[in-house]
Amino acid sequence: MTQLVPDVPADVLPEEKQKKTRTLSRGALVRRRFRRNRLAMVGVGILAVLLVGAYVLPYFLKFSYTDNDWNALGTAPDATHWFGTNHPGVDMLALTMRGLQKSLVIGLIGGPLTTLIAALVGASAGYFGGWIDRILMWVLELMLVVPSFLLLALIAPRLAGGTWLYFVVLLSAFGWMITARVVRSMTQTLKDREYVLAARYMGVNPLVIIFRHILPNVASILIVDATIQVGAVVLSESGLSYFGFGIQAPDISLGTLIADGQPDATTSPWMFFFPAGFLVLMGLCVAFIGDGLRDAFDPTAAGAKAVVKSIKRAKGPIAGSPAQDVVSNTARAEEGLAS
Amino acid sequence: MTTPASSLLASDAVLAVRDLRVSFPSEAGLVQAVRGIDFSLRRGETLALVGESGSGKSVTATSVLGLLPEGAQVSGSVRLEGRELLHLSDGEMSKIRGKEMGMVFQDPLSALTPVFSIGTQLVEALQVHQDLNDKAARARALELLDLVGIPDPKRRIDAFPHEFSGGMRQRAVIAMAIANDPKVIIADEPTTALDVTIQAQVLEVLKKAQEVTGAAILMITHDLGVVAGMADRVQVMYAGRPVESGLADDVFYTPHMPYTIGLLSAVPRMDEGGEKKALTPLEGNPPSMVSLPQGCPFAARCPIAVDVCREVEPELKASADGLLSACHRSTEIGDSVPREEMFPTPDVPAHDRSPRESRPAVLKVDGLIKHFPLMKGSVFKRRVGTVRAVDGLDFDIREGETFALVGESGCGKTTTLLQILELPKAQAGSVVVLGKETKSLNGKGRRELRRDMQVVFQDPMASLDSRMPIGDILAEPMKTHGWSKDRIAARVPELLSLVGLLPEHAERYPTEFSGGQRQRIGIARALALDPKLIVLDEPVSALDVSIQAGVINLLDELKVKLGLSYLFVAHDLSVIRHIADRVAVMYLGRIVELGDADSVFGQPSHPYTQALLSAVPLPDPRKERERRRILLTGDLPSPADVPSGCRFRTRCPKIGGLSAADAERCHTEDPAVQALGADHTAACHYAAALEVV
Repeated sequence: MTQLVPDVPADVLPEEKQKKTRTLSRGALVRRRFRRNRLAMVGVGILAVLLVGAYVLPYFLKFSYTDNDWNALGTAPDATHWFGTNHPGVDMLALTMRGLQKSLVIGLIGGPLTTLIAALVGASAGYFGGWIDRILMWVLELMLVVPSFLLLALIAPRLAGGTWLYFVVLLSAFGWMITARVVRSMTQTLKDREYVLAARYMGVNPLVIIFRHILPNVASILIVDATIQVGAVVLSESGLSYFGFGIQAPDISLGTLIADGQPDATTSPWMFFFPAGFLVLMGLCVAFIGDGLRDAFDPTAAGAKAVVKSIKRAKGPIAGSPAQDVVSNTARAEEGLAS
Repeated sequence: MTTPASSLLASDAVLAVRDLRVSFPSEAGLVQAVRGIDFSLRRGETLALVGESGSGKSVTATSVLGLLPEGAQVSGSVRLEGRELLHLSDGEMSKIRGKEMGMVFQDPLSALTPVFSIGTQLVEALQVHQDLNDKAARARALELLDLVGIPDPKRRIDAFPHEFSGGMRQRAVIAMAIANDPKVIIADEPTTALDVTIQAQVLEVLKKAQEVTGAAILMITHDLGVVAGMADRVQVMYAGRPVESGLADDVFYTPHMPYTIGLLSAVPRMDEGGEKKALTPLEGNPPSMVSLPQGCPFAARCPIAVDVCREVEPELKASADGLLSACHRSTEIGDSVPREEMFPTPDVPAHDRSPRESRPAVLKVDGLIKHFPLMKGSVFKRRVGTVRAVDGLDFDIREGETFALVGESGCGKTTTLLQILELPKAQAGSVVVLGKETKSLNGKGRRELRRDMQVVFQDPMASLDSRMPIGDILAEPMKTHGWSKDRIAARVPELLSLVGLLPEHAERYPTEFSGGQRQRIGIARALALDPKLIVLDEPVSALDVSIQAGVINLLDELKVKLGLSYLFVAHDLSVIRHIADRVAVMYLGRIVELGDADSVFGQPSHPYTQALLSAVPLPDPRKERERRRILLTGDLPSPADVPSGCRFRTRCPKIGGLSAADAERCHTEDPAVQALGADHTAACHYAAALEVV
């Protein structure tokens, strides 16, 4: 503490300075911390493979998802049909890849979009209070009371002509309410914190405060929520598809595939378990990434911290004693805190 | 411990602790919270354990009470009248706690159950340990409440804790602690959460309780002033071990351990005014309790450390008559090594300033009023009263000046600050910042004004966004005011070195810094835009003494270097005595006394100022014994129900000595501000200077 500058040997400063000509901002630091999380990087990797696979693999397949192989109706996986075929003789691999294309996009856009709406509405209501809060909460309660499935079913046919991306927006528009309530109450406790006050007295724009101070501090719940929403959106899309809205035949999504395969799950498991397996894999990857993001945003996260230290130590031999000095300094600072 | 130690330990000790060691397993390793402490307490004696946060003093108290969390590893011995306590079961300890040993904790709010009345809790405390019927227990409870000075105990006994003020609650807790005539009272920071005037009252009650019960008090505190006034013997703790132990006078006047010397010299003294002198900071941090360095744990911060200090940890041994010190060089200290100037005191930059009248006013507050309506009803709200938080405030701050606002909690100082910082459009009275009337400003003008006026908050933990790296935190004000990226990138390292941190700290998160370092970051953020006025809201009250000195010096230095003006709000009068040029004392939303620091502290003329100053404990046992306290009765009245005439009359110590006609004037006429000197005013009908420090 106190005058650290004179404490440090004179030769340390120049070296440290040239090493870090410019300091990293929060965005860069979060990216760096995220990249250190191995499980999250595995999640990103698998997700990338899934995306590439879903879009590229169909070009190299013998069968398209619209072709019927009349010689193989409902056959188990073999050399020609790796994932087997369904009752009309369509190749399950081609179907799964096509379904994955749609579901990946729906899930990865819809999940975060739901959370974004929840975060914006919740944080604005909580931060501004007064009339804004009252109006937003009134809308929110209305949305909670009216059965969303009914509304979706009513609106969906009107949008039949448009692109299926409308459905993603619609699905998000009906899934944000509960999270928004939680975010609102968290914001109400955060808005009187001194760092928010400090920003206000600096003259920072309220919306900037929400994005810079409030949302990062509720990031944990937002990220967990987004992770869950990805799965939820994929499944509710399939629910709609089941009723004939959403993705329509001959187009296909993982949801419809799972719904179709469900009755045969015990007799012809390949029709159910391949699409279901991909959905689980997708959910798992998203969860890993979510965990990584949460740790990257949270400076107290044990995982990210331990990695920080090991990296610093790894630098030790290169930079010599100064780097170690920095490490011990950190430990001391933490000690002061613990008291 | 060695023989000299045992010579002190009289056989008539009520509580004897021998070689107590406590450690907790943690993620990082074993935390050695207490590493061998010995002490004994005789009847009617007060022993103070002093130390900074993390020195193991509270852990010592909890282990004596047998309240350590599970998983803690304890060894050594704790004997209460010869009976070993350490290995007793929780059930057996429960029979001792509250009966043989009374407890007074820091936070009186959480020490009482909110859903039971004070009386019920007291009666329960009595009946658990004594065979009393309800009637007798209640009678005894009334007696106890009367003893601790709760007015009208017959009525108050059925009140709930939330109906009591902080000071009253602490009195009730003391009543519970002494309910069963304990042998030992353990008081863990009993007055830290209270205002000075209330602190003085509670300490008096504690002394009285000790007289009545003849109990020994084990007092745990970080406030050296409280120690000087209360303790017979003092034990200074550092890194889980006692480093100095002896009679209070010896420890305060002839310490033989550099840590004690450093601690004493780092405290700002209210009795030392006059010419400005920098405080002596104690550089560095206490060591980590997980991996203690070899040798003396204080060696890294010690200015007189020699090679042996870094190799062998010194034992606690006799250094002078009756004084035990843990230092290899303890015999040299006070002899060949002088105590004064042991810790280097930085030079204060010279103030050369023109007379006050010729300097421009940075902030001018005129008749500022902030009333909050009290509403009732859920559907149709109606106004049932007014909280007069700030009720007509006038003061001005000139360039290069530190203006301090002092008062007890609830007097309206925070509201005043917020009123100035918010720059509200609609308010009664005027706030003029740098010559601009805040009411008439448009959006752009307000933003520009915000650039010139910055704030540093009390809690260094809460005032920095824990999710942002330091670099971003410092860049925020500059980004807001449209600085270019390159300019910000150049400014951040400059700011960090200005407040004594390293430029590469910019990449770290606030959690990696200690309290003092964070407060420095908070100050750096306030300085980012080269402001003219900085509003400091209790900037050092959350810091340990040794760290506080460094931050105060920094503030003093920056003021001269950058030509800043400070509006300083604090409740610690010693800090204010040290840093302020002018002082305003607030009571119930009004300034009752205002003037330059020397006049207000030297010749306080308003009875409230006198009481406030006399309540501040001095870290000087002899002076403490000689001082006469002006004890205020009762608590601050509610600002929703301001007394007629003079607001202070309900607690005024002077009004009793007035004739009926004179006193009548206090009841009916609101005293106007009257000038007492060149720069000294007070709002009292019968203002008269009195030396109290």
